[in-house]
Amino acid sequence: MFENIFGIHEQALMVQGQRMGVLAANLANADTPGYKARDIDFAAVLSQNQGDTSLPLAVTDGVHITLGGSDSSPGELKFRNPYQASLDGNTVEMPVEQAAFSETNVRYQASLTFINTRISELTLAINGS
Amino acid sequence: MSLFDVFNVSGSAMNAETIRLNTTASNLANAESVNGDVSKVYRARHPVFQAMMNSQSGLDDDQDASSGVRVMGVVESAAPPLQTYAPDNPLADKDGYVYTSNVNSIEEMANMISANRSFSTDVEAINTARDLLLKVISMGH
Repeated sequence: MFENIFGIHEQALMVQGQRMGVLAANLANADTPGYKARDIDFAAVLSQNQGDTSLPLAVTDGVHITLGGSDSSPGELKFRNPYQASLDGNTVEMPVEQAAFSETNVRYQASLTFINTRISELTLAINGS
Repeated sequence: MSLFDVFNVSGSAMNAETIRLNTTASNLANAESVNGDVSKVYRARHPVFQAMMNSQSGLDDDQDASSGVRVMGVVESAAPPLQTYAPDNPLADKDGYVYTSNVNSIEEMANMISANRSFSTDVEAINTARDLLLKVISMGH
């Protein structure tokens, strides 16, 4: 009964933590010439970890297309498409990264809150008071 | 890659921005430095940043998320120094000319503001990671 008490949030916490690290690296390299900003596709990683129920198309040759149009496996870091290219080849856009960072922060805290609530519920059930 | 890497990555960026601030301070301090020898006059210095890929996770460089910043080197500006005729100056060469450093004060001020902003962002990232980790520690209490 206890193997899945936290549901999706256990994995969500891990992936959000990883994403936060990637975004921090983007912010750290905001002034590095030629640096390409990267990000994690959160939904793709989560559906992979959850065990995607849709059947994949078998790829036996390099020219075969995959279902869904994405040719890279989920969980891979992907390069961000900049809104405005800069001359030094850096694709970090500070406002975009900061917004993504704070979004990840909120999502991380939301998952934490859900887990904490679950723990409180279980403690209440165990104590029965 | 975990939240703990934020400390290393942002820490290295703060170090790089500090070096950038140091060169800016040096450039601004020497903005009016003169020399009679054109090869010895102070020239504006600027650090060159480079992403530092960390391959410890076993992933190849493209997939490794923890890329801190390091200063690859400090380059001197190639802009020509300002030549001024000042025969009274004790540093003047035999033709009476002194050379002022090629520091562009406006550029340096803008550089300083940019370094300041980047530093603040890195501090903010570290604070956020710390807050989240502290919450993880107190989970269930």
